[in-house]
Amino acid sequence: MITMNDIVKRYAIGGESIYALDHVSLTVGDGDYVAITGPSGSGKSTLMNIIGCLDVSDQGAYELNGRRIEKYSSRQLAHLRNREIGFIFQGFNLLQKLTALENVELPLIYQKVGRAERRRRAMEALQNVGLAERAQHKPTELSGGQQQRCAIARALVTEPTLILADEPTGNLDSRTGVEILNLFDELHQAGHTIVLITHDAGVAARAQRVIHIVDGKIWEGKPITDTVDRATAEEVNPDGIHPDGV
Amino acid sequence: MESILMAFKAIRSNKMRSFLTMLGIIIGVLSIVVLTAIGQGTNAEIIKNIEGMGTNLLSVTVRARRNNPVTLDSIQKMASSSDSVAYAAPILTSSGTVKANLIQYEDGSLIATTPGYEKIRGWTLRYGRFITNPDVDNRSFVAVLGQEASVELFGTVNSVGQTFTYKGYTFEVVGVLNEIGSTVIGSGDNLIIFPFTLGERLFNSRGISSFYVSATSADVIDDTQATVKNYMDRLISASTSSTTYTINNQSAMLEALNKSTRQLTLMLAGIAAISLLVGGIGIMNIMLVSVSERTREIGIRKAIGATRANILSQFLVEALTVSLLGGMIGLALSWFVCEFLQPVIGMTMVFSPSVALLAIGFSVGIGVIFGLYPANKASKLRPIEALRYE
Repeated sequence: MITMNDIVKRYAIGGESIYALDHVSLTVGDGDYVAITGPSGSGKSTLMNIIGCLDVSDQGAYELNGRRIEKYSSRQLAHLRNREIGFIFQGFNLLQKLTALENVELPLIYQKVGRAERRRRAMEALQNVGLAERAQHKPTELSGGQQQRCAIARALVTEPTLILADEPTGNLDSRTGVEILNLFDELHQAGHTIVLITHDAGVAARAQRVIHIVDGKIWEGKPITDTVDRATAEEVNPDGIHPDGV
Repeated sequence: MESILMAFKAIRSNKMRSFLTMLGIIIGVLSIVVLTAIGQGTNAEIIKNIEGMGTNLLSVTVRARRNNPVTLDSIQKMASSSDSVAYAAPILTSSGTVKANLIQYEDGSLIATTPGYEKIRGWTLRYGRFITNPDVDNRSFVAVLGQEASVELFGTVNSVGQTFTYKGYTFEVVGVLNEIGSTVIGSGDNLIIFPFTLGERLFNSRGISSFYVSATSADVIDDTQATVKNYMDRLISASTSSTTYTINNQSAMLEALNKSTRQLTLMLAGIAAISLLVGGIGIMNIMLVSVSERTREIGIRKAIGATRANILSQFLVEALTVSLLGGMIGLALSWFVCEFLQPVIGMTMVFSPSVALLAIGFSVGIGVIFGLYPANKASKLRPIEALRYE
């Protein structure tokens, strides 16, 4: 699925070159559920941007589904994002002027899917996340959890090979956060590949694999089984409250 | 198709702003179409006036020191010498005060001519008769009045049989013309017309210095001009005096006037085009605001797979929709102005489809030109930066 080899990304800050990613190598297999954690400024967002084809590395090789993408044009990257990747953001990133259904339809518009077909698939995706009856509501009329579910439906509607989530529970209260994480578990069980970025150890613990990133370098944690994962999550977070009190 | 729907959605979600942006284009198109219509209307009016004077008309001016070879007789002969000449008549003009009872009329346009002049100008009589050949031969003290002159002098249109005085002589009114209306050369209804021979004495003007010739039709005007030139040359070479003359062709004058009014129309359209340009800058301004306001939206769209071309076309179509919609509303308004306001303000306007088409084309062009820069700016945003934008 994902093979990263010796990825380097530098930023120039005040004339000094800072390594956001310092020779990172990483593989994610088909059907994996991987959490990437690290403190802010550790480079996890940069890593996510590169995995998500929103940004390109300065150096190193990145292979996504067998495609070497370093040489891809912005147009090819856009097509790749559209077809291969489903994004889920912390701030939901729904278009406020469109209804839930129209938001979910959006990626299909860029695939030039016909109107009726689009509507059908978007409705189906909303049904899968349990939001069918809110299809005609605008994001402002939805709760945070509903908005995030709508965003998940938008990510899934194109049937992407990779789901990329950036702090998906960051803007949600803990109970809704758990609901969303349960939804991720279901997606994982259904065979989706998930890469989840978080600074929350409790959230990370629900993944199959945890990758820590500090100062642009990665430290891989041991693979944890699903049962242990859940137990750990409850241990760390027994009252369903986030460790950092979000 | 999808992007057109998107554009309509964006326009609807910001109604007031879209309307104000459109207003620039509406006013631009409105002023182009209406000002051009006024220009063309004026042009048509002037042409109509001149054509009313006769496009088959030649005016000949004669300058002679002594022994003017051009006489009443020779003009009469010229008229009958060629098939292309319909009528010929000499004319003397003057101004002065005429009196009837206690009324003094100073605005009269005094002319002296022969019967042919009535036909040359295409005048018709409301009452009585025109000057006749016996009047000319006998130097009869008679006159034909324009309607305004008749009303001013006698308080009535039908003044046939009444008398007035000029330079101490008394004249009998023998006819009143039908209303002529005003032309570019002034009102035609203040005329006081005397027999030519009488005019020579009254106006202290000996001999013929100016005469009109009408062609049998506008098509043979050039033949007529050649005939007149021929005749005049022979007449002058047979005489001993040093006489010169010039022939003015009415249709040549028409062409010149036409050209100058067309220039006027162009100038009006040019001024109006500036307002359309200002409208275009308004579109660009608002599109730039819109792009920065919607940076996050652009980021989201790019993240989920919109290409540069997708974003470019989205914003370009939006600018185009605003300008095209504005253009069409402006066009509808200007049609309304031309159709319904024209009788109210009493101005001739010619609403021409070609100008309408041009205005629409121009507003589309404005939309593309001024929409391209903001759309390009939007399409070039990098997705991660756009997503980070608050």
